[in-house]
Amino acid sequence: MADTKLAFIVQRPQYKSENPKLGITHAIAYQTVEILLEDGETVTPALCFIGDGVLACLKDQKAMGNYEITSSEMHLKTALLVDLDVLVCKEDLERFGITEDKIVDAEDMGAEKKIQVVPFETIQKEMESAKHVLFF
Amino acid sequence: MATLTIGVFSSLVGSMTLDFALKLAETAVNKGHKVNIWLSGNATAGIKNHQKHLKDYSTGEKHFRALLEKGVEVCTCEACTLARGINKPDAIEGVQWNAMHWYLAKIHTSDRVLHIGGE
Repeated sequence: MADTKLAFIVQRPQYKSENPKLGITHAIAYQTVEILLEDGETVTPALCFIGDGVLACLKDQKAMGNYEITSSEMHLKTALLVDLDVLVCKEDLERFGITEDKIVDAEDMGAEKKIQVVPFETIQKEMESAKHVLFF
Repeated sequence: MATLTIGVFSSLVGSMTLDFALKLAETAVNKGHKVNIWLSGNATAGIKNHQKHLKDYSTGEKHFRALLEKGVEVCTCEACTLARGINKPDAIEGVQWNAMHWYLAKIHTSDRVLHIGGE
């Protein structure tokens, strides 16, 4: 039985390019990876937002109205619904003046998991404990 | 020998990143390593067949075909590829089509991962 821990680090703003969104969707894909693995093998991701990437965690995104695409907010709700660990850097939120009440949650969809606002030090530890770190 | 998985998100044209990744893959496989390549985002356009190699632009087709012949597994994100108007008959034969979990599964079995982000 083997587990591979991965850290997905989203550091760029959503919508300017596709790449930061792909960080979220690739992390969510852990939910179905078992169909390609041997019995007992698992992949455990942590999805972390730092720098400009923290903007992805804002509520009330209008991506469908403006761009006709699913918002990163909706992808994050999905991430929480599938029990993904989602961490956002407290210091970088503060730099943008974003308070915790502005952060996406998925309570309306019945998710128990919440985005964790943590010091960068905690995200650093996630990266250090991961086998592979993937930057988006 | 080791297993290397390369995830590429950059476009073939407009960036030399995918070109670099393909040549790195060739070097690794020539040294006897097992290599997997995952294409996502703009990189997926690189699997279009019948590319015309104009000398002002990098080309992917001949490199992909050579890598496939050497046993490299190349997989494109199906959703990313279809969104760019490339359907399976338009693609280089031998390229696999799958979803993002393919990449995670290959990472799981790899000794090293090179994740090369996009623009």
